[in-house]
Amino acid sequence: MVERDSPLGPLRRPGRHGHSRGAPGVRLAEVTPAAICEAAAWPGAEAALAEAIGATTGLGLDATPGAGARSAEAAAFGIGPGRFLVTGRHDGLVAALAAAVPADTGTVTDLSHGRTVMRIAGPRAEWVLGKLFAIDFAAHAFAVGAGRATAHHDIAAQIQRSAGDAFDVCVFRSFARAFWAGLCAAAEEVGYEVL
Amino acid sequence: MLIPCPYCGPRDLAEYTYQGDATRARPDPATAGQAAWNAYVYERANPAGPHREHWQHAGGCRAHLVVTRDTVSHAVLAVAPARAGEPS
Ligand SMILES: [Zn+2]
Repeated sequence: MVERDSPLGPLRRPGRHGHSRGAPGVRLAEVTPAAICEAAAWPGAEAALAEAIGATTGLGLDATPGAGARSAEAAAFGIGPGRFLVTGRHDGLVAALAAAVPADTGTVTDLSHGRTVMRIAGPRAEWVLGKLFAIDFAAHAFAVGAGRATAHHDIAAQIQRSAGDAFDVCVFRSFARAFWAGLCAAAEEVGYEVL
Repeated sequence: MLIPCPYCGPRDLAEYTYQGDATRARPDPATAGQAAWNAYVYERANPAGPHREHWQHAGGCRAHLVVTRDTVSHAVLAVAPARAGEPS
């Protein structure tokens, strides 16, 4: 497969930045997986699509709004009515999912070279993301594995809570560097470490 | 103004795109004359009170919605998927 360069370029500066006293409030990393695709169901086939994603990835998924699941190998979450973002560690996932979704169930679109995923982790992750997006990041409103589709101004973002204190934010690759710059600026006050 | 999306829940107005009056009925191209098309394209009731409107949750789930909004108070009275039968 074709190797992808990170779109963050020189703006990805590993190490400690911003407020320097105590432990960093967040850790920032690019975690773009090998396989990224969007699976979309025709009206009425939402449950069949969720089932096909589950059978391909091994994830327990349903068609309720924003539902999602993660494993060491793959992740998936709802981003709209009948639409899921599905990612995996191995680039064979897109072809496997496309083969598992019949034409009368829905479509699978390969986005592996069109998206960038950034992870914001640490005790102040909710606070930092709360400055960028107008949605509730608190644990009671946003469960581990669940997903949200939202936007930072004109940068569409699809966000999955990947752990109790960690979020994976997926943006268009061409916006990734600009979003990263904003993320770093938002994290300065709490101190951040780039991995 | 918050609009409660049937899929995403309450979201800021900035995530939505206004797509116009939802009370219009498209004339039948087989029989409609110029007057009917003129009325469809240009004439609006502009009510003070509840109004049905198309909105898209462009900065979210991207669903097209029918929003019933009070044009005086901006209260959002009802939101439903624009496509009948679409699950929320
Ligand atoms: Zn929505």
